[in-house]
Amino acid sequence: MNAIVFSAILGVVMMFTGLLTSNKNIVRSVAILGMALLFTVNLLDIYNVHLFKVNVHEMLVFENFGLLFNAVAFGATLVYFLLSGRDFEKVGNHVAEYFALIFFISCGISLVTSYNSLLMLFLGIEIISIPLYILTGSDKRNLKSNEASLKYLLMGAFSTGLMLMGIALIYGAKGSFFLHAISLGNEAINPLMGAGMLLLLFSMSFKVSAAPFHFWTPDVYDGAPTVFTSYMATIVKGAGFIAFIRLFQTGFGSMHPHWQLAVAIITASTLLFGNITAVFQQSVKRMLAYSSIAQAGFMLLAIVSLSQKGNEGLFFYTAAYSLATIGIFAVLLKMKDYTFEGFNGLAKREPVLAATTTIFLLSLAGIPGTAGFMGKLYMLSAAVENGKVMWLVILAVLCAVISVYYYFRVIQAMYFKESQDATEIEASPVFKGLLIATAVAIILLGLFPQWLIDTLYFFTI
Amino acid sequence: MIPVLLILIPLVSGLLTFFIKKDSSARLGSLVAVVATLVVSVAGLTFAKDAANLSFDAEWLPALGSRFTVTLDGMGQLLCLLTAIAFPLIFIATWNTTYPNANRFYAFMLLSQAGLMGVFLATDALLFYFFWELALIPAYFLCSTWGGEKRIAVTFKFFIYTFLGSLLMLVALIYIYFQTPGDHSFALKSFYELTLKPDQQSWLFWMLFIAFAIKMPLFPFHTWQPDTYEQSPTATTMVLSGIMVKMGVFAVIRWLAPIVPGGLWGWGDTVAFLSMVGMIYASLLAMQQDDMKRLIAYSSIAHIGLMNLAIFSTTNAGMQGVMIQMFNHGINIIGMWIVVEIIERKYHTRKMSELGGLAQKAPGLAILFVVIALANVALPLTNAFIGEFLMFTGVFTSNVSKYNYIYTVVAGISIILSAIYTLNMIQKVFFGNTNSVTAAATDIRPNEKWVLAVIVVLIIVLGVYPQPILNLTEGTVNSILSKMITKHP
Repeated sequence: MNAIVFSAILGVVMMFTGLLTSNKNIVRSVAILGMALLFTVNLLDIYNVHLFKVNVHEMLVFENFGLLFNAVAFGATLVYFLLSGRDFEKVGNHVAEYFALIFFISCGISLVTSYNSLLMLFLGIEIISIPLYILTGSDKRNLKSNEASLKYLLMGAFSTGLMLMGIALIYGAKGSFFLHAISLGNEAINPLMGAGMLLLLFSMSFKVSAAPFHFWTPDVYDGAPTVFTSYMATIVKGAGFIAFIRLFQTGFGSMHPHWQLAVAIITASTLLFGNITAVFQQSVKRMLAYSSIAQAGFMLLAIVSLSQKGNEGLFFYTAAYSLATIGIFAVLLKMKDYTFEGFNGLAKREPVLAATTTIFLLSLAGIPGTAGFMGKLYMLSAAVENGKVMWLVILAVLCAVISVYYYFRVIQAMYFKESQDATEIEASPVFKGLLIATAVAIILLGLFPQWLIDTLYFFTI
Repeated sequence: MIPVLLILIPLVSGLLTFFIKKDSSARLGSLVAVVATLVVSVAGLTFAKDAANLSFDAEWLPALGSRFTVTLDGMGQLLCLLTAIAFPLIFIATWNTTYPNANRFYAFMLLSQAGLMGVFLATDALLFYFFWELALIPAYFLCSTWGGEKRIAVTFKFFIYTFLGSLLMLVALIYIYFQTPGDHSFALKSFYELTLKPDQQSWLFWMLFIAFAIKMPLFPFHTWQPDTYEQSPTATTMVLSGIMVKMGVFAVIRWLAPIVPGGLWGWGDTVAFLSMVGMIYASLLAMQQDDMKRLIAYSSIAHIGLMNLAIFSTTNAGMQGVMIQMFNHGINIIGMWIVVEIIERKYHTRKMSELGGLAQKAPGLAILFVVIALANVALPLTNAFIGEFLMFTGVFTSNVSKYNYIYTVVAGISIILSAIYTLNMIQKVFFGNTNSVTAAATDIRPNEKWVLAVIVVLIIVLGVYPQPILNLTEGTVNSILSKMITKHP
């Protein structure tokens, strides 16, 4: 509860900060402090210090699983603010509003990680989505940004419609919105229930940009201001996955054999589509958009296999993927040219940026020694343990090989290609220091993941 | 502590070398590091060989049932010794080669040594996979940064190929992990204790074997190899061909044969057929080459094919032959590359058609090279003879296949072919008349002469008295074979 209340209050505080001062440095500092505060109060919740007593009538359940994910999301947002907060100014003048919107999204995230009722799921998803539509269109004078925003709104509204219909059908079947109440025992699936579940599956797939519901993703990620793409593609996507797995584990877990194949097919098409299309991109930003679809495919393995390993893996994967992607986007924001050629010879000009980007890319590709590998290892383990989807495991592995192709193109450009371009890249020592810290965190999580695992075990018992 | 030191010395010194600005200090520092590794490795063979010193075990990932376990058994000793000897030889032989950003070059070389050591030492499947990849990443950067003209595309192919194999292997290892009883464990020991069902063994065999076959490389997974050897800087080629290909052979012996012996026997004839095709095909291609680097690359494919055949014979003699040949092939091929490096630096060409008459100008080089080349042909009294003889005996006396006579004959033909192309190379490069390119030749530098001399001494000593190596690996071979036999249906 702490996180929900505080994030809402902090959002309002941010708006007033924008009113009271036009000094962007102050606004940014307040935002960073606010996020740190949010992170802390969420930790307090984990340690059973509840600052608010609200009777939620069991519509929200604060389990450690959700709270811990909040911690990952807020931690990653904090890193994101630190690395890219300054770049908010490039988008427009309303910096305080952008920060405020992100705090509201954080509120939505804390709802979808703790919902126990489908109504709360709907509420959380909407609280996440609406600020995102605004952020996508925040570059007002850029046509691409406008287009992306409109597209996102229309498609988002469509998927929300599907979700509502699904919820209505399930209510018709079981007479309840509560997750534990819609869970089937040994009874046969009735058609209402089946149809409702399918609609929910589609709308959740839309939210996490799984194929074939992904078509909005590349355009929206490409059109949105880069600094917000970074946030949308990582933390928001991770939150979508937590909502997804919560619904299918607690709500539909007993029907696992019935929907496993459907989700497996969605996973397979997501992996194939994301990876193969990413190969053909000329712009690093667009490549990252497709790669985010591809990575979503790997995260879906957790839902296909539905096990303890999968849950742990989802944390790992979200943390690893978010840190690495936020890092790459932070570097990308400093570049003038978003094509692969723009990265040519970066290692000579900015060795620190190049070296840290390399670590981020290695982590995304899942090379051992990085957090990304541990994430992939958990996902593959979960799927192998399940045993019924070995074909999917092999496919996932082949797709991981394809992903090496486009991630390594950036490394090749940075290290092995020359460039005449000698324009200065403005990167402050603090920025570099933060990048190095992020890279070190990724390597430490990859080499000694025990710490994170222990934390998870400690809280999930 | 010995195994930990073998990994830590190159790893730490490699990371430190990134920060050494001066090229000559980086070079000197890395030489010191690899010599220190050699000393540790020799210590493990001589005065510090009690069991407590040869293994190390620590908590790593208890939640996954994986521990940081490194052990030096006979085979590990041999391959670590090879790695430890090879690096100082490579550094000394290429002492005069200057690289742009030399500190990074030496750092990556040291890191790849750390990875290789880890592969040979790890007795935990996940740890093994870690090192398997750790050895690959520095090689990728080495070849792509300091290689020849087509380096980027060629190295990329190499990387993607091996990465594909590694990931299939990872899936297989995870699958086997879930078959282990209780809380599941990645330990090699628990993998060994497992007897899998025949159909599981059958497909697990391919998942693992493709990874190792790509690394070796075995026909038809070899296509990355000649290009990569040709394009890489020669020092890296030495690491790739001298040591890294042994990762594949080694992994088949440690991580495949005792775990899925059923798959190995079931698919033995298929793999043996591939090995034979590869041996003959590579030998024929080697005869057609004009570029010395490519000739040696193809000859290496042929030799590896024979080693693979010998492993699949699952006889004591065959396995012992593979062991000794892994060491010898590493030493010999490094010698060959050193000569190619010398020739290329002096005459700016590797084409045999443009060379000739070097023996008159550089008699020292000629003598040393002829000995190394004869070892490549496996002439008696050279080290390779012992290995190949044992492997032939193993293949011939093997009772796992009905076709073992055919295999022996074909393997014999490949040796004859190897004599043809090797002697042809000697003749074209060293004898005949000098031409405009080679007229101004001088003899080799002292450091190169010493390195080649060390290699020649090793060739002859091990050719006459190979018993120490056979004693070293006997225990490993027996235990591997007995583990395989207990799982025989």
